[in-house]
Amino acid sequence: MSFPWAQQYQPKSGFTRWIDEKLPLPRLVYNAVGAGYPVPRNLNYFWNFGVLAGFCLVLQIITGVVLAMHYAPNALVAFDSVEHIMRDVNWGWMLRYAHANGASFFFVVIYIHIFRGLFFSSYKAPREMIWLLGVVIFLLMMATAFMGYVLPWGQMSFWGAKVITGLFSAIPLVGEPLQIWLLGGFAPDNAALNRFFSLHFMMPFIIAGVVILHIWALHIPGSSNPTGVEIKDESDTIPFHPYYTAKDGFGLAVFLVLYTSFVFFLPNYLGHPDNYIPANPLSTPAHIVPEWYFWPFYAILRAFTQDFLFLPAKLMGVIAMFAAILVWFFLPWLDKSPVRSGLYRPLFRKFFWFGLIPTMGVLFYCGGAPAEEPYVMLSQIAALYYFAHFLIVLPIVSIIEKPKPLPHSITDAVLNHRTGADDAVPLSTTGERPTDSRPGPDDAGLYRPAGA
Amino acid sequence: MTDAIVEHPEAVQDDTQTGVRRRDFIEIAAVSFAGIGGIAVLFPLISQMAPSADVLAESTTELDISAIQPGQSVKAVFRKQPVFVRNLLPAEIAEAAAVDVSSLRDPQTLAERTKEGKENWLITMGVCTHLGCVPLGAGEGENKGEFGGYFCPCHGSHYDTAARIRKGPAPTNLLVPEYEFTSDTTVQIG
Amino acid sequence: MARFIAILVGLFFGVILLWSFGVGLYTWATEEHETTAEHVFYEHPRDAKLPSAGVFGTFDVQQLQRGYKVYKEVCAACHALRHVAFRDLAQLGYSEAQVKAEAATWQVPGVDPNTGEAASRPGLATDYFPSPYPNDIAARAANNNAVPPDLSLITKARHDGSNYVYSLITGYQDQPAALLAQFPDAKTPNGLHYNPYFPNLNIAMAPPLTSDGQVTFDDGSSSTVASMSRDVAAFLTWAAEPTLAKRHQAGWPVVLFLIIASILAYLAYQNVWRNQKH
Repeated sequence: MSFPWAQQYQPKSGFTRWIDEKLPLPRLVYNAVGAGYPVPRNLNYFWNFGVLAGFCLVLQIITGVVLAMHYAPNALVAFDSVEHIMRDVNWGWMLRYAHANGASFFFVVIYIHIFRGLFFSSYKAPREMIWLLGVVIFLLMMATAFMGYVLPWGQMSFWGAKVITGLFSAIPLVGEPLQIWLLGGFAPDNAALNRFFSLHFMMPFIIAGVVILHIWALHIPGSSNPTGVEIKDESDTIPFHPYYTAKDGFGLAVFLVLYTSFVFFLPNYLGHPDNYIPANPLSTPAHIVPEWYFWPFYAILRAFTQDFLFLPAKLMGVIAMFAAILVWFFLPWLDKSPVRSGLYRPLFRKFFWFGLIPTMGVLFYCGGAPAEEPYVMLSQIAALYYFAHFLIVLPIVSIIEKPKPLPHSITDAVLNHRTGADDAVPLSTTGERPTDSRPGPDDAGLYRPAGA
Repeated sequence: MTDAIVEHPEAVQDDTQTGVRRRDFIEIAAVSFAGIGGIAVLFPLISQMAPSADVLAESTTELDISAIQPGQSVKAVFRKQPVFVRNLLPAEIAEAAAVDVSSLRDPQTLAERTKEGKENWLITMGVCTHLGCVPLGAGEGENKGEFGGYFCPCHGSHYDTAARIRKGPAPTNLLVPEYEFTSDTTVQIG
Repeated sequence: MARFIAILVGLFFGVILLWSFGVGLYTWATEEHETTAEHVFYEHPRDAKLPSAGVFGTFDVQQLQRGYKVYKEVCAACHALRHVAFRDLAQLGYSEAQVKAEAATWQVPGVDPNTGEAASRPGLATDYFPSPYPNDIAARAANNNAVPPDLSLITKARHDGSNYVYSLITGYQDQPAALLAQFPDAKTPNGLHYNPYFPNLNIAMAPPLTSDGQVTFDDGSSSTVASMSRDVAAFLTWAAEPTLAKRHQAGWPVVLFLIIASILAYLAYQNVWRNQKH
């Protein structure tokens, strides 16, 4: 669907008209990320990160395909082939550092993208499907990143493979055979390395496919915006091109400055020295930690230290770690506040900035720290809040909170630069729609009664 | 750009003529920078497929030829391809010299294909110039073809004792690689 | 309904976490906190002040040559350098002929061309540095059950690796009396050597550089233990990442280009948006 005022693609020459009749690909691009896509005019820099994430995916695919031309997925030579890339292949060192740091920066971008969605409640109707597909992308990314980290076949690769596949052994009855099946052996070896390489190569293309669905789903209701008020008429929007292409271009350039600074000057800062030691099945590194982007979830895994009734600690840790992400799937139905944007939700905003964000910080820190006190106790408290935030705080806050009045429209918010002006419509939770506003394409979700 | 101005004609009046030009220049500069950056990125992506340092390091081969008797030839490896080193008999040299050069498909004398004073050492690539098969004739008892040199069994190219193409589809003589005698008994190829 | 179930699930996780937390807190509060000698006496590496450090870091070719000599005459007796080839020595400022001659001074494993049996032959430029031991078992047997690690990636395989190598080699000392007073059981075992820069304080490697002048440098530089350690740390930094200097050199133009591109992109963005309120 599109907005009735969206600009229409006009083929300029006979050739483009011919193409448009046979395969309207330029039209598709025009409507998706061109002038044919009307976007709220008030997006802030946090809305840059979707495009940045797409850029990271392309970056990883290109550098990854190139590295695969030199890498050898065999336990005997994998480590040496990576060193061959670093030392002998023309620009190999740059390509490998670009890929390794590209993974880290992809996660930086994705985390900001996700937490932007959490703050502005981008998961709410009518955008549930965008959010659900986004969580799927995040899960696929984690699997891809994990398998990619195994490929250099250093100490952290090996023990990471062992520990992460060990998570599946926590499943009652089928756990042990499942782990052996996943590895194709009793410990990570050639079989595991080969299949991880195969899957690591394939999964980015699946991610790309889900990204297309994610963007498709986005274009049904259109982009959200910092006020959370739906688009009402043409004055609320501007064409994606040239406005947001220009803004995204600026964002991309700044991103590249930071990213290349790491690639050229701190290429191993985000990695771990032990992964420059070849895999040794007979000796575990002193402090084994996953890559930094897994630390919050790794802290949740390790927070479960005691068997509880009939539930073994190991199983609960694994369940909780997966639940920590799976809970995101249910957010559209847990947070029923009629107001989207955290800017107009005083209570929610307090819990977000003083609860969730510090909690993520503590989990991040504890996940990277050794498994000793006080880190374990800290991560237990943080994990407790993490689950409480999504499962208890959000549902209750969405009932008891009295939101600030919303602006009439995006244009109104932009022109007046204020939140909760006198003439703004106080939003009631009864679902009454202001009569003077034209119905936006899909503003039903915004004004849906709280209990619906 | 034009869309924005058309949508908001009142804004156009603010722009002086020079202002528009300066602003256009900034956009052109920004897009040009993006283009330059994109092209620069292509360089390592293309360059990485060229031979790596370890491959290039093996691009010269040193051979000890002291054990090769007259009439014998050996097959050595140069850049992962066979190279034929042949110690020609006087009769073979005479046979090669007797050929009318102008009648050849790729006219060359034996002297042009060997080093001065070392005319008996014929060093050629063992790669048929037709489609890259390895010709026979370097090994003992192999078919040397109708002209006593090399014979490529893939498509029937016959080379003479100076490894010149005489019959069959190959377009040129067997390639003589760059080489030099570092001493009387050692040759460095490449 | 969804929210009711969610609150129950939240309470479920909460109760289990509180249980784990409670038991952990009780254990932590009631048990004695034993600290270990390495917690108290471990020291972080000292700055070796290598020219390769920092974002402008590059290699000092003379220093690398000295460091190579230290490696060859001292370290190579026990430590391999398997990812480095003799041809790489050209980067240390040696000519092609010098590299060839240097390679020939090393014996590398080969094959007897007549019998096909294992034999050793002088190295070629294309060969990699040979390992001093045929395998780990031999290395273990010859070194009091400790395998000397390969050194070709050592400065990347340790935290702050270049400084670590320098500090470790210069860090041998007698076990402090304070340590034995606090931890009577932590006496350095026989056959190990006390070194505060080694993570568990007791290292199997005997002090490799013990006296000034142990290696004579061709350029006449003084060879104190400290300077030899610094030179070999520089050499191993190069061995771990020969492209380091090139990386720094390539990085500056790239980052500066992108900073200018960012400024231009910002101006272009402001320009495109000049008539739009947002």
